[in-house]
Amino acid sequence: MTWTTFFQQLMNGVSVGSLYALLAIGYTLVYGILGLINFAHSDVFMLGTYFAFFMIGIFLLPWWISVLIGVGLCALVGVTIERVAYRPLRNAPRISALITAVGVSFFIENLGLVTVGARPKGFPRPELMKNVYFIAGARIQGVTFWVPLISIAVLLVLFYLVYRTKLGMAMRAVSKDMETTRLMGVNVDRVILYAFALGSALAGIGGVLWACKYPQINPLMGIFPGWKAFTAAVVGGIGNVVGAMIGGFIIGLAEIMIVAFFPNLTGYRDAFVFALLIIFLLVKPSGIMGETLKEKV
Amino acid sequence: MFTRETRELLFTFVLFVLLMVGVWLAQRYLNAYLVRIFNTACIYVIAAVAYNLVNGITGQFSLGPNGFMAIGGYTVALLMLPVVQKQEVYFLQPLIWPFNSFSFPPALFIFALLLGGLLAAGGAILIGFPTLRLRGDYLAIATFGFGEIIIVLANNLIPLTNGALGIKGIPEYTNLWWTVNWAFWTVFLVKNLVNSSFGRALKAIREDEVAAEAMGINLFRHKLLAFALSAFFAGVAGGLFVTLISTISPTLFTFSMTFNLLIIIVLGGLGSITGSTITAVLFAFLQELLREVEAPHVIGSWTFPGIPGMRMVVFSAILVILMIFYRRGLFGRQELSWQHVSRILWWGKRAHGGQS
Repeated sequence: MTWTTFFQQLMNGVSVGSLYALLAIGYTLVYGILGLINFAHSDVFMLGTYFAFFMIGIFLLPWWISVLIGVGLCALVGVTIERVAYRPLRNAPRISALITAVGVSFFIENLGLVTVGARPKGFPRPELMKNVYFIAGARIQGVTFWVPLISIAVLLVLFYLVYRTKLGMAMRAVSKDMETTRLMGVNVDRVILYAFALGSALAGIGGVLWACKYPQINPLMGIFPGWKAFTAAVVGGIGNVVGAMIGGFIIGLAEIMIVAFFPNLTGYRDAFVFALLIIFLLVKPSGIMGETLKEKV
Repeated sequence: MFTRETRELLFTFVLFVLLMVGVWLAQRYLNAYLVRIFNTACIYVIAAVAYNLVNGITGQFSLGPNGFMAIGGYTVALLMLPVVQKQEVYFLQPLIWPFNSFSFPPALFIFALLLGGLLAAGGAILIGFPTLRLRGDYLAIATFGFGEIIIVLANNLIPLTNGALGIKGIPEYTNLWWTVNWAFWTVFLVKNLVNSSFGRALKAIREDEVAAEAMGINLFRHKLLAFALSAFFAGVAGGLFVTLISTISPTLFTFSMTFNLLIIIVLGGLGSITGSTITAVLFAFLQELLREVEAPHVIGSWTFPGIPGMRMVVFSAILVILMIFYRRGLFGRQELSWQHVSRILWWGKRAHGGQS
């Protein structure tokens, strides 16, 4: 493999990884607070692309405004899911909440299949993403260049929110100990709603950027990215925001690099992530940044 | 006259005989469509009861039955498909050795099913080993991934699975004798297992892992055994299914299959074996009825074209609503036991009589 193709693949891996990172943070925020795998998160990711798609296609809005509206709608969907489906089960057995999450996810996917159909639609990309750049002699597509930059900018805003604002402090406190935080006078329900809004907005941004990279969108497009992003959250240490980001980049790079080095294994690229998950659960189940918590009676 | 155990065993035996007579009558007089639904119902019973053993009894959240059913299905398909047929089906790439050179005679069908189940159990141990040692929901995410990965593998391992085209012309060995017997013995075995000390240990794990461990229950071993056993029956159900519809392709055992089973066990009551049995049969018929939803309808001046896929929308909405408002399902954790039945039959007069 020449240096330029390696560099291209590296950039490619970074850009896919940054998308997994965006998506993984939504999973890890919710899991950290509620201990719930939000299966519907991957469908919010899918909805983001469709919201933007219809804003552009039907209301003929400019690309950036459509995307912003789409992301806003995603946050709204996330909050609605929490309010309608998860909150009534907050004190129910864990397995009930998980089943509900699977149900919501399947509901959105099938509603999508029924309303917009299974046939993939072409997602319109802005000119910026179609440009081609030459960096260090390597031919880099605009998408590959801009997606990680935008993602990293978004992640920086997120880190600021989580680690430097009162809301972020409340979120971290709730994930450490919900009851004590409630006693400190924090409105826990509202913090959870904000966490869902934040995570879903990130999923929406991730979805739109994903659609710029792979411009065929369909109602089931969220399943694999969502599952890999959750794997990324596990690899990074579930519940940890920085860990989710690191995990996302690891999964993205590993996936792209394995396919780059062994091109005849392309069909199995999803299986590698599974293998990685199993290995991580065997060797370091708490993840890279995770701390091992001993359950006490 | 008899002890309770003997009497209940006798009841069970009578039920078995009645079922067999029913099968004999159904094979002779029932139309093919109904027989097909009953066959599907029995396969759902096997898979749902096995699934409930993990999700309902042990309280571990697995999303893998579709993967295990696929393993069982492909195993049975590869073993039972006649060699001549294999050469016809695998025209893209020839089938790899040793499957291309032999196939089981019909008499060995049972061994193909058992092998399919065992391989599925092997897959379960592969996923269960890393995930069941840990607390939390790693099993859910690993099994979900496994189910999707099996489909990826089925699409890509063309010399073994014939890829997306699938395998056609599998001999239709499955009939009501097979499905009813397997369903009966699965329910019988799992129900007895649940009532054994092993089953009580599983329930203890469901209620409180820390307390169960403190009582000396080896969490990992119990969970793994329950998970593998569940996968075994799922594999058998998959094998029966492909020899019923005589074809298998990667789209046959998608996540929808797991989802159907999830609805069955939730509706029947998580943790109720008899509940799952009854709802599995109901579900097979409900699924046929709901085909109506997907057929074209005329309401006023509007003609709604048939909406394929509407069933799954309805099912998932039902699942979420059930979880929020009616979490215990039809049976909760109760079992329909012979005591209940006799209480209903004799209007409570002899409900607890004759226990000496």
